[in-house]
Amino acid sequence: MSNGRFILFACLVGVALVAASMFVTNEYYVFAAYFVLQYVVLATAWNILGGYVGYVNFGTTAFLAIGLYSAAALNKWLDLPIPALIPIAGVLCGAVGLVMGYLTIRLRGVYFTIATLALSVVVQTFITNWDYVGGSRGLYVMRPSEVPVFGSYVAYLFFLMTVLAVAAVVTARAIERSTFGFGLAAIRDDETAAAASGVPVLRLKLVAAAISGGLMGMAGAPLPFYLTYVEPTSSFSLAYTVNSVAMPLVGGTTSWIGPVIGAVLLGTMQQAMTVLISSSVNLLVVGLLLVIFVIAAPNGILGLIRSKGGKKPDPETNPLAAMLVTEKRSSQ
Amino acid sequence: MTMSEASTAASELLLDARGVTKRFGGFVALNNVDLVVRPGERLGLIGPNGSGKSTLTNCLCGALRTDGGSISFAGRAIDKLSSYQRARLGLGRSFQLPRPFHSLSLLDNLRIPLVYAVNARGGTHLSEQQIRARSTELLGEFGLGGKLHRLPGDLTQVEMRKLELARAMATDPTLLVSDEALAGLSHSEVDEILALLLALNKRDVAVIFIEHIMRAVMAFSERLVVLVAGEKIADGEPKDVIADERVIGAYLGQ
Ligand SMILES: Nc1ncnc2c1ncn2[C@@H]1O[C@H](COP(=O)(O)OP(=O)(O)OP(=O)(O)O)[C@@H](O)[C@H]1O
Ligand SMILES: [Mg+2]
Repeated sequence: MSNGRFILFACLVGVALVAASMFVTNEYYVFAAYFVLQYVVLATAWNILGGYVGYVNFGTTAFLAIGLYSAAALNKWLDLPIPALIPIAGVLCGAVGLVMGYLTIRLRGVYFTIATLALSVVVQTFITNWDYVGGSRGLYVMRPSEVPVFGSYVAYLFFLMTVLAVAAVVTARAIERSTFGFGLAAIRDDETAAAASGVPVLRLKLVAAAISGGLMGMAGAPLPFYLTYVEPTSSFSLAYTVNSVAMPLVGGTTSWIGPVIGAVLLGTMQQAMTVLISSSVNLLVVGLLLVIFVIAAPNGILGLIRSKGGKKPDPETNPLAAMLVTEKRSSQ
Repeated sequence: MTMSEASTAASELLLDARGVTKRFGGFVALNNVDLVVRPGERLGLIGPNGSGKSTLTNCLCGALRTDGGSISFAGRAIDKLSSYQRARLGLGRSFQLPRPFHSLSLLDNLRIPLVYAVNARGGTHLSEQQIRARSTELLGEFGLGGKLHRLPGDLTQVEMRKLELARAMATDPTLLVSDEALAGLSHSEVDEILALLLALNKRDVAVIFIEHIMRAVMAFSERLVVLVAGEKIADGEPKDVIADERVIGAYLGQ
């Protein structure tokens, strides 16, 4: 499918989702579906750096929270609407991704991952001490009770997140098939050999980090209006980080569809478990699944499907596995 | 007049490396090595294991930073350029231990240098069709024509070496550093690859040919350089170099 046709296809799926949401009478389901779509964006964004380039980012919460708090603050200050807040959050988080990348991306493997984890801690500390957005007490976000066309505000938020999810998936797929995407794959496979083939390794990694961070930030912008109350502890929940790593790995990291599969499966599963059991088991189950997949199906569900078609699994493309097997190749 | 005489004007040199020094901690892997290559020249580089041949390759091509000396290529100082910029200038290399892009098909392995080195160089711009045609042609020349869509993991060690060299050639270099491309190949395969390197050289590509197989080195080289323990001990006509007592003592006599 060409990029043009795929965009059309993705938009049709989006329209169908939004149309369906308008017929759902129980608002809880729309609420839950928003949660799943938010993870489609986060997992897809994570995969652009984690899956395509092989840099495992444990800082999803930092990007999401910067998007969330910048939206909350700008809404409080200038009363900007969400469609204006989303691109602002995207640009801001893209810039943070670029800076983080510049400072840390020369680090390989596990060192890069630890640095991204540190970023979350730094951002959380900053926001906990930022009085304007309520510091550790938190902040209530007012949302209009009615919006034109969509009727309920939740339906409106769902529409926005659908647009973001479509945009994220279209971006990821376009990257995958582009010269840029081939460059990223070459870097993931072997940075030294990529550079010897003319690939501007550092520049490509930075662009990937910026796109990945920007998309995460955009996913965070509508979140204060979804939650109506934001405070640092839940905004920096470990769940965002663990899920955005686990979903692509469970789905498969080498293609755009992997994170989508992972987000829909794990996202829906967690919504069901929250209702049926308790949200406290969510992380446990996701963690277990992550371990099982890394060990037994390193290429995720995609890999399982492809191995039916005779393709051998390639554990080296699993970013977690590759990260843990520290690279000891010399430049012979 | 021998090819190595310093009387050659610097402007005629394709590669001009002066006093290249590389240390790993306290260990001196390269000590003040001078190396020049003229356009279109075939230079053999030999030396015992661990003498610094691959380290010199890495320093020339930018995979390692030097601790001293200067390197210019095509009349331009390249010391500050990164590896990818040197590849774009026309400095191609193969790795001694093959380093293929293991998640990409053989065709796409060659696509990388074609789009990132050749197309990024300016001048010619290969279309998608030309990229396919060129990578198919190169893989065919190396006897990999039947495996265009396979992954490197499906290849034998020997085929992997061929892929390594094919990918280096795909950068369309003016100087190719071939680091032991022939190791492990059979007698006839050695001749095959030598023929390919000679054909490449006919198109005015200079080659630094690092090799242990003396038969191949002597057949290929117009000039021979010998490294021993990070120092250059000989540089000149191959027949003179292999008759040199120091070379015999340090390497050939082993
Ligand atoms: N990254 C590195 N760190 C430390 N020492 C290194 C490194 N790379 C090479 N060396 C050392 O530098 C010396 C030169 O190694 P090099 O690989 O250049 O030799 P070589 O001439 O290519 O040998 P061979 O014929 O076996 O390929 C060796 O003693 C090697 O152990
Ligand atoms: Mg070597």
